[in-house]
Amino acid sequence: MAERTPLYDIHVEMDARIVDFGGWDMPLHYGSQIEEHHAVRREAGMFDVSHMTIVDLHGPGARAFLERLLANDIGKLKRSGKALYTCMLTPEAGVIDDLIVYYLNDEFYRTVVNAATRDKDLAWMSKVAADFDVTLTERDDLAMIAVQGPEARALAAGCMNPEHGDAALALPPFVGGEFGELFVARTGYTGEDGWEILVPGEVAARWWRAFADAGIRPCGLGARDTLRLEAGMNLYGTDMDESTTPLESSLGWTVAWEPGDRDFIGRDVLAAQREAGAPRRLVGLLLEGRGVLRGHQTVHVEGLGEGEVTSGTFSPTLGRSIGLARVPAGIGERCQVEIRGKRLDARVVRPPFVRNGKPRV
Amino acid sequence: MSNVPGELKYTKSHEWVRVEGDGTAVIGITDHAQAALGDLVFVETPEVGATLAAGDACAVVESVKAASDVYSPLSGEVTEANAGLADAPEAVNQDPYGEGWIMRLKLDDPSAVDGMMSAADYESGLED
Repeated sequence: MAERTPLYDIHVEMDARIVDFGGWDMPLHYGSQIEEHHAVRREAGMFDVSHMTIVDLHGPGARAFLERLLANDIGKLKRSGKALYTCMLTPEAGVIDDLIVYYLNDEFYRTVVNAATRDKDLAWMSKVAADFDVTLTERDDLAMIAVQGPEARALAAGCMNPEHGDAALALPPFVGGEFGELFVARTGYTGEDGWEILVPGEVAARWWRAFADAGIRPCGLGARDTLRLEAGMNLYGTDMDESTTPLESSLGWTVAWEPGDRDFIGRDVLAAQREAGAPRRLVGLLLEGRGVLRGHQTVHVEGLGEGEVTSGTFSPTLGRSIGLARVPAGIGERCQVEIRGKRLDARVVRPPFVRNGKPRV
Repeated sequence: MSNVPGELKYTKSHEWVRVEGDGTAVIGITDHAQAALGDLVFVETPEVGATLAAGDACAVVESVKAASDVYSPLSGEVTEANAGLADAPEAVNQDPYGEGWIMRLKLDDPSAVDGMMSAADYESGLED
């Protein structure tokens, strides 16, 4: 029996096509994935992401715990509500998961990790936490709704009481805060402006319906995937996993080397790789011919060998196929991708492909 | 509910066949198939002149989700392919039995159609 979010019934009522997504019954789309994609790029759409795992960290040792656990440095977080994107690594510098951390106060941080990695993440975090004065509390009482798109914040704010709505609209990018029963953060996974909203499960359906009535279009996880790929954002388990380091996953920018004495897990191995130069890197690909890039297709790089497409799709915004690929580090501007026995030309680009509704490649 | 026109013949792999009076047949994928695939973004049609045996992979329909092969329901020679799908693959979603047709075959044996599933057979298979 698959798990269901508190919004399952309303998805069915809204004619969602439900699919199994890592053990969860989730909406794939509500009729047309492409129309949902465009709604987010042009107006506003919303996603049920309640399957994601929220873990609150309390205690005087919370900060020291996260300094040890995370490749990025929570010391960067100065104001309450500020969020940080980071990886947590194995001692061999492989990516265990990517996550968002919110700094709420010196003894209270909130993390959001992936659904498919829940069990191993909790086990790893608990193991590392044993050496620190910190308690981990999974918040499975909370649902999560992402409202995304150029008009999403204004439409969602209109569903809140005016005082809370105005205050939430004042949140700068990558900052969150509590407004009544909602925790609202100006973050997302689409390349558009918007909020990710944590809401008690028992009232989540009421908020979902209010957002829908306000004109925010329900969108499935299908559109979420094409939007994140256009935005050049990695998907854990697809574009990176424990066999790859952040430096091989175009996430070098999330690794905080300073302060130099911060001993995060995986640092030594990662520093050695940085010194030697990572042999592979993750790049964006634009397919020049007709066809669609898909995960696991072989990439041929002249003179350097082979690589592999990690994620590929048809980009509804660009009207052509895009992908991410892990390739030999010395790759130039061109390569070929093998699609059903034919080698098709592709151009190597730096993601994002699309940001704030506009093509960037 | 899927639309299953009574005058067509069907395969288990969700192709339809419309027999024309001139020894040719028009072939496409069913309404059920297009709905299951989701929004199509790319259709690779067969080359005109290609000779196909029943069961050969003859075209590829690719949706936002995945690529699927289309199998020729019958043996014959491709006399026409739907060039319009190159720029408008969504025609298969919007009108699978009309504008979304994929190819026309000159049949090796027009009577082979008789062995195919009727609309009622196909529909009952969908309900299982």
